[in-house]
Amino acid sequence: MNNSYKIIGKPLPRKDGKEIVTGAVNFLNDLKFGNLLFGKVLRSPFPHANIKNIDKTEAEKIPGVHAVLTWKDVPDWKGGTPRHVRVLDKKVRYAGDAAALIAAESEDIAEEAAEHIHVEYEELPAVYDVEEALKPGAPQLYDEFPSNILTPGTPIFGPECLYNINKGDIQKGFEEADYTAEGTFGYENIPNPVPPEPPGAIALWEDPDKVTLWVSNQAPYMDKITLFHVFNREVEVRTIGNPCGGSFGTKVVSWQIQAYATLLSRATGRPVKLIYSKEEHLSSFTLRPGSRMHARIGLKKDGSISAISGRWLVNTGYYSMTTQAQVAVGCGEIMIMSQCLNWDLKSTVVCTNRNASGCVRGFGGQELKSAFIPLLSLAMQQGGLDPFYVLKKNFVKPGQGYFWRDGKWYTYRGINFSNAMDKGAEVFGWKEKWKGWMKPSAESGPLKRGIGVGIHGNADIGEDSSEAYVKLLPDGTATLYLCVAEHGTGQRSNYIKMVAEVLNLPYEKVNITPPDSLINPFEFGPVGSRGTYAIGGAAINAAEDAKMKLFELFAKKLNTSPQNLATENGIVFVRGNTQKKLKWNKMGGDRTIIGYGRFEEDFTLSNCVMSFVEVEVDTETGKTDLIRVVNATDVGKIIDPPGLEGQLNGCLGSGGIDSALFEETVIDIKNGNMLNSNMTDYRWRTFSELPAMDNVIFETPAPSHQFHAIGVGEISTAPGPPAVLMAVSNAIGKWIHSYPVNPEKILRTIGMIH
Amino acid sequence: MKTNSIKSGKQNSGSVNITINGREYCFRIGNNFGEIKPSSTLAHTLRETLALTGTKISCDRGACGTCSVIMDGNPVLSCSILTAECDGSNILTIEGLIDPDTGALDPLQQAFIDHNAFQCGFCTPGIIMTVKALLNKNKNPDENEVMEALSGNFCRCISHYHVIRAVMSVIDDTKEQNE
Ligand code: FES
Ligand code: FES
Repeated sequence: MNNSYKIIGKPLPRKDGKEIVTGAVNFLNDLKFGNLLFGKVLRSPFPHANIKNIDKTEAEKIPGVHAVLTWKDVPDWKGGTPRHVRVLDKKVRYAGDAAALIAAESEDIAEEAAEHIHVEYEELPAVYDVEEALKPGAPQLYDEFPSNILTPGTPIFGPECLYNINKGDIQKGFEEADYTAEGTFGYENIPNPVPPEPPGAIALWEDPDKVTLWVSNQAPYMDKITLFHVFNREVEVRTIGNPCGGSFGTKVVSWQIQAYATLLSRATGRPVKLIYSKEEHLSSFTLRPGSRMHARIGLKKDGSISAISGRWLVNTGYYSMTTQAQVAVGCGEIMIMSQCLNWDLKSTVVCTNRNASGCVRGFGGQELKSAFIPLLSLAMQQGGLDPFYVLKKNFVKPGQGYFWRDGKWYTYRGINFSNAMDKGAEVFGWKEKWKGWMKPSAESGPLKRGIGVGIHGNADIGEDSSEAYVKLLPDGTATLYLCVAEHGTGQRSNYIKMVAEVLNLPYEKVNITPPDSLINPFEFGPVGSRGTYAIGGAAINAAEDAKMKLFELFAKKLNTSPQNLATENGIVFVRGNTQKKLKWNKMGGDRTIIGYGRFEEDFTLSNCVMSFVEVEVDTETGKTDLIRVVNATDVGKIIDPPGLEGQLNGCLGSGGIDSALFEETVIDIKNGNMLNSNMTDYRWRTFSELPAMDNVIFETPAPSHQFHAIGVGEISTAPGPPAVLMAVSNAIGKWIHSYPVNPEKILRTIGMIH
Repeated sequence: MKTNSIKSGKQNSGSVNITINGREYCFRIGNNFGEIKPSSTLAHTLRETLALTGTKISCDRGACGTCSVIMDGNPVLSCSILTAECDGSNILTIEGLIDPDTGALDPLQQAFIDHNAFQCGFCTPGIIMTVKALLNKNKNPDENEVMEALSGNFCRCISHYHVIRAVMSVIDDTKEQNE
C-alpha cells in the first residue's frame, strides 16, 4: 500500500471550517436579495379531492400581494416517473398537496393572502395501505394508473431497468434447501430524514425563457437537468448551489419547491424566495418509501441461500419521482448481499394518499433489506445458524456477481470484506454474546439484552458520470471546477485534497469553484455512495490532465521530455536533477492551463458496512435502549479520517438505526393528516441518549482510482434497522414483524397488553 | 435547561434597547415601515434586521436548539423570544465570539475546527452558543453535564461524538492551564 501520501488520509481541517464555526456560512436562507418577494403554498386539508372551484380575487386585492397562482394559471409542467404529476393540478392527492401559490412582499402578507383564497373541494375516499390500494374498488389516484400501480422501471436506467429478479431454477433451489421459511415483514413507518435546514429555493425569471435558481441541494447540477425536463424542455435553467444544511438524500430532488419559486418569479418578474416551514418540511417534503415483503426463502445447512421467491410492495405515497430507481438499486443490493443462485422476486410500486416518498439515504436497499433480513433470519432460526456467519458468507466476493440497476450482470472485482467483518465481530464480542435465536444475550430481572447484525453493500459507488476541470495558474495555485455543494460529508475539501496530492501542492494552494451550473461541467452529484470513487475519479483525472499539459509546456523550456518532469509546490523540475527547475510562473503571466477529467460509470465495485447492535429491553415498560453499535467497513483507503467517522456515526439519525427504534411519521387515517409533523412530536435522538459507538475501518487497496479508495457514502444507515429488529426480537424471545419497535408493540408481542 | 421565557416581562411599547455583541441598539417597536414588529422574534430581528445570519433557524418553534444565543449569560432560543421583550438585555451571538480586536477565534470555535465537530454545520452555531453558556457558569463540566446541556440541540448528521470530544478538549486545556 502506498503510505507516502502527503495529504490523502491526513486529518486536515475542513476548508469551510472557520465559516461554519463563526456562523459565516451562507445557507440558502442567509442570502440577501434586493426586491425580494416571499412565496407560500396553500395546501389542501383533504387527502383526496377534486378542486371544484378556486376564488382568488380577495387574496389578490391584499396590498403587497404580487401573484396568486392556481392550476388554471400555470403551464403544463410535470414531474414524476413516468411524468405524471402536474406542478399544480385540479385534483389534490394528499393532505398537504398544493392548491395555490402566493408571492407577496412579506411572509406575513403571503400567509394572510392564503387565508383569503377560497377553494371548493369535492372530497374523495382515500387509501393509505399498500395492499388496500391494490384491491378492486380502491380509490384511484390517477386515471392513467389502474389499481394505483405505477409503471415499473425508470427510463434513466435504460430499457432493461431492474425491478424483478429472475435467475436460475427457483423450484430446484427450494428442493435443495435444508430449511425453508415464509412470512411477511414491513418497514413501513416512513421515517423522515429531517435535515435541520428546511427545503427551499430562490428563483429569478428572465423573459422569455430563462431562470436562475439558488438551491439548497445535494446535487445542484442535476436540478438543472431535472427542471429542464419538468419545464417541458422549453426553459434554460441555471442552478447555483449553496452549502446544504443536511440532505441525507432528500434534497437530491426538490423539483416541486423549485418549480413553485420559478412560477412565482415568472408571474412577478421579481426574485422569489420559498422556504418551507418545519411543519411543511415534515408533512409535505419527501419521505422514505414504505416497504412490505412477503417471501419464501430456502437456506442450506452450510449457510448458503438456495432460493429467494417473493413479492416486494413499495408504497410511494401520492407520486414517485425516484421510487422506481430505488427499487432498481434495492434489487441490485439484495443480490450483492445474497449470493443466491435461484431467484423469483417481483416488485410493485403503489401510490397511496400520503405525502410522496423520494430519495433517501439507503436508496431502496435499506427499505428492502429491513424486510428481507428478518425473513432470511426465520430460515436461519430453523437451522440454528448464526446470522453473522450467514451474512458474511453470502455477501459478494471477488469473481461473483449481481444484476445491477440497468438489468445487466456485473462480475464483482473489488475487495473481500470478510476481514473487516471478522474484526467487527471481534470488537463487538459477537461470539461471546450470541446465545442463539430468540435468546437474550444477557438478562437481569425485567431487563433483557439482545444482539443483532445487518449488512449493506452498494455498487452505486461507481454510478453515473462526473466531469471536472483543473486550472493551473502561474502563481502556483490550482482551481478545481466541480459542481458539488457541501452537504456535510466534507467532500469539497476532500476533492481539494485529491487534486493537491496529484499536483503535489499544499492543501492551501488549491481552490474550488462555487457549485454554479453556468461555470462548471456536468456533475451527477455526491449522491448514493459515488462521492469518493466517481467524483474523486473525475477530479483526479482533471488534475492529471492539467499536470500533463503543464509538463508538455515545460518540457520545451527545460529541454527534456514531459515524462522526465515532476512538480512540487509550484515548481517543475527534471527527475533526478532538481537543479533543473522552473517555477509555474514561467508558463507566463498571461496563461492558465486547463485539464479536463471525466468519470465513466462502473458497476463492478461495491462498498460494504456490517453493523452490530446491542439493545436492552425493559420488559415491564417495553422501553428499548440502544447500548452499543459497531460498524465494520473496508474503504480501500481513508481520504479524511474524521469525516469518515462522522459518516459512519450518521448511522443513527436521518432515518437510519433510529427508524427501527422510535422514528416514524403517523398519519391519522380519519382525515389523512400527519399527526407528528413538528420537532416535538417527531422523535429524534438527543445528546443525552448516545450509545457506545465503534467503527472498525480497514484499508485494503481497492481497484478504483489511483488512491484505491471506495469510501462509505450513504450506506451506514442501512444495515442497522434489521439488526435492531433482530436484537429486540432476540431479547424478548419473539419476532416483531414491523418497525419501529415501540413499547406498545413490544408489550403486545410478549403478551403484557392485549 | 433553556428557557423560552423572558426575564421580567418588561415590555416597552415605544422602543427597546438591546446590547448585541457589545454594541447598543435602539429599536422602535411598531407596525410602521422600518420598525420592528411587535410579533418579531429575536431570531428574526438578528437575521433580517441586523444581517446576523450566523444564528440559524430550523424549527422556529422552540424545539431544536438551532437558534440558541446567549442572553444575560443564559442560553435562550431566539426563535421563541420576542424582540419587543428584550429591553435592557445583553445578547451574544455566534458572530460575537470572535475577539473584536484581534479577530482570533474563541478557543471553543477552534476546538470545533480541530476536531471536525460538524458535518453540515447547520446546527453548529446553536451548539457552540449552548456550550459557551455552560462553560461560562461551569468551568469544569464533565461529559454528562455537557451532554445534558446539549440535550435540546438537534444534530441530524450525528456529530455528537465529535462535539463532545471538541468540548472536552477545551475543558482539558483550561484545566492544564490552571494546574
Ligand atoms: S429554531 Fe429555535 S428552537 Fe428550533
Ligand atoms: S452537523 Fe448537520 S445537523 Fe449537526
